[in-house]
Amino acid sequence: MTLIGWIQAVVLFLAVLVFVKPLGGFMARVFNGERNFLSPILRPVERAIYRLGGINEDEEMAWYTYLFAVLAFSFVGLAWLYLLLRTQQWLPLNPQRFAAMSPDLAWNTAVSFMTNTNWQFYSGESTVSYFSQMAGLAWHNFVSAAAGIALAIALIRGIARTTLKTLGNFWVDLTRACLYILLPISIVGCLILVMQGVPQNFHSYETAKSVQGFSQQITGGPMASQEVIKELGTNGGGFVNANSASPNENPTPFSDFFELWLILAIGAALTYTYGKMVKDTRQGWALFIAMSILFFGGLLVVYWAEAAGNPAIHQLGIAGANMEGKEVRFGLAASTLWANTTTATSCGAVNAMHDSFTALGGLIPLVNMQLGEIIFGGVGSGLYAKLMFVVLTVFIAGLMVGRTPEFLGKKIERREVTFAILSILITPLLVLVPTAVAVLIPSGLATLGNTGPHGFSEILYAFTSTNANNGSAFAGLGPNLFYNLTTGANMLFGRFAEVIPVLALAGALAGKKAAPESAGTFTTYSPIFVGLLIGTILIVGALTFLPADALGPIVEHLLNLKGSTFQ
Amino acid sequence: MIKHLGISLRLTILTVIVLGLMYPFAMTGIAQLIFPKQANGSLVSVNGNIVASDIIGQLWTKPQYFHGRPSAAGKNGYDPTSTGGTNLGPTSKKLISTTKTTIAQLRKENPDASGPPPMDLVTSSASGIDPDISPEGAYYQAARVAKARGLAVARVNTLIAQHTKGRTLGFLGEPRVNVTELNLALQNLR
Repeated sequence: MTLIGWIQAVVLFLAVLVFVKPLGGFMARVFNGERNFLSPILRPVERAIYRLGGINEDEEMAWYTYLFAVLAFSFVGLAWLYLLLRTQQWLPLNPQRFAAMSPDLAWNTAVSFMTNTNWQFYSGESTVSYFSQMAGLAWHNFVSAAAGIALAIALIRGIARTTLKTLGNFWVDLTRACLYILLPISIVGCLILVMQGVPQNFHSYETAKSVQGFSQQITGGPMASQEVIKELGTNGGGFVNANSASPNENPTPFSDFFELWLILAIGAALTYTYGKMVKDTRQGWALFIAMSILFFGGLLVVYWAEAAGNPAIHQLGIAGANMEGKEVRFGLAASTLWANTTTATSCGAVNAMHDSFTALGGLIPLVNMQLGEIIFGGVGSGLYAKLMFVVLTVFIAGLMVGRTPEFLGKKIERREVTFAILSILITPLLVLVPTAVAVLIPSGLATLGNTGPHGFSEILYAFTSTNANNGSAFAGLGPNLFYNLTTGANMLFGRFAEVIPVLALAGALAGKKAAPESAGTFTTYSPIFVGLLIGTILIVGALTFLPADALGPIVEHLLNLKGSTFQ
Repeated sequence: MIKHLGISLRLTILTVIVLGLMYPFAMTGIAQLIFPKQANGSLVSVNGNIVASDIIGQLWTKPQYFHGRPSAAGKNGYDPTSTGGTNLGPTSKKLISTTKTTIAQLRKENPDASGPPPMDLVTSSASGIDPDISPEGAYYQAARVAKARGLAVARVNTLIAQHTKGRTLGFLGEPRVNVTELNLALQNLR
């Protein structure tokens, strides 16, 4: 670990922090329907979309109506992308003449993008046409992110409103998230990325004849416009197979830094939006602080482990940090910073190959996702997952002092706690059971890239990542029919099995009366609460996943120190 | 539910038009206008022929050129249409044996180099098309390149120093040397 490495992390954190208030406040204005500096340009577009879409923007939705709207929109989007990938050979903008994707891979990819997971079993540069990339993948990058933000806003409204039955209008929230938040930042960000060297064109791949006489296909396409929303929407599905490790998607240390900022910006700022909308910004800052502590805790371990390097390589007489699967221009610090960031959020883009991290270095991305991606989290999804833990913490704290738990003046009763617990328990169920099944059947083991404990880690990582809608991978694990279908189903359940209790909780809370704060109220912004929240998150995560992690990364670490290797 | 499906369908079409088509087309137009070189892939031409992209690494095998890192992209490495890393874990037997072979090869090719090869030269990159090596990785090969070209080692070292990029803004990333750029500069040395 070096001082300069830590400076990178701290400067990134400060760059994110500076935008929390302005961006968070702006989002609160947008979702409250207030006029803002973009209204003169975007309000006419917004109104046109409502008119052509048959949307009544004043209609308010109950939680189940909101849920139906989310589901309907998601499944139309799923069908659209599946159709695109299966018919791309007849569609325009396919200069490399890529054929249709196979049905199981197209299903996996369509689910992957619809659920904001962006798990990559496809190889973009050799299988996906420009048209499919733009109108399919990048379009999903916008709308699946916008849907996540909309869901978070619906939950916030549920918390903020009293004795009301409604949570807002999904169509309006979705449209506003796309137009006012995602699109303007993408337009500016796209140009910054092109300036750094990310291609933005429509021609077929150029052939270069190197000075030494080798010929090489130079990949291109509308990459920058997709790259920016891929990070901003914490989607993470690469235009090319190597994702943000590829110099096409991420050519310089500055583009790397900027992409990291994009990944964190909205998730961090939503804490302020939350505070603003519940009319107590301390609530939002408490979440931000808890997230930040967990963020730096994870970074410390992964950076330390990778800097310590692989003892098996040191024995060959080569000293130094672990550079297998990392790029020289980023080096160790920026690679580990990225690994921690991409799994703390639900981004899943990678700038280094997590599969080749040391055992403990690879453990941290895994743990970040197992905790539920509550450290800043995916755009929207991070905030609602975090608020589920807040409800649980409030409940536990109430039990400890022996009074009815209250959250912002509302009594947390059996129904609310049940929904919160449900959303938290779904994760282990959908991660551990499929992992156990996969290690027992031949097709679960057929496409492993590594054997021994590392092979187990690959499987555990796959189901953790798909369930958490992260999308990063121990990429040695290859696709086959079994994994295409199971990880696809897992992404679907991971997204919606969490959304249902979240919206139900929002609906329940919206209908409640709020009592004014009294001397006996347990405040949810004090340092004690931040500590309790972190404790709850870590204890729930550790109790659930420690045994499985012990069989993978932890055993591998001990065997690595001992000098063991596997076929 | 039927009403929701109808709205979903219309909203899908509308957003595909705005976000999936108009946005990338507009961005391509603007990018081609203000950053044409980068937007088209940072291509490098010599005498009118495209020889490389500035941002993408290439395969170099002859002793008179600097070599890049081991690559897992494609059959021979450095194939931009097949990017990726080895994905071998820290306890992989294959990782250890290929690293051993790489070290032996580097020692054989660079008999005059002092000390062991640096870490980046014996490990594969994440993308398989990493354009850079560390400055140490370039100095390690300097004696070989100088000998093959009949140049003084000092001259080659100066060239490396000239083509070493520092950290961006003093703290982002790591110092590095773009291999293609360095090799093209070598070609022009007279």
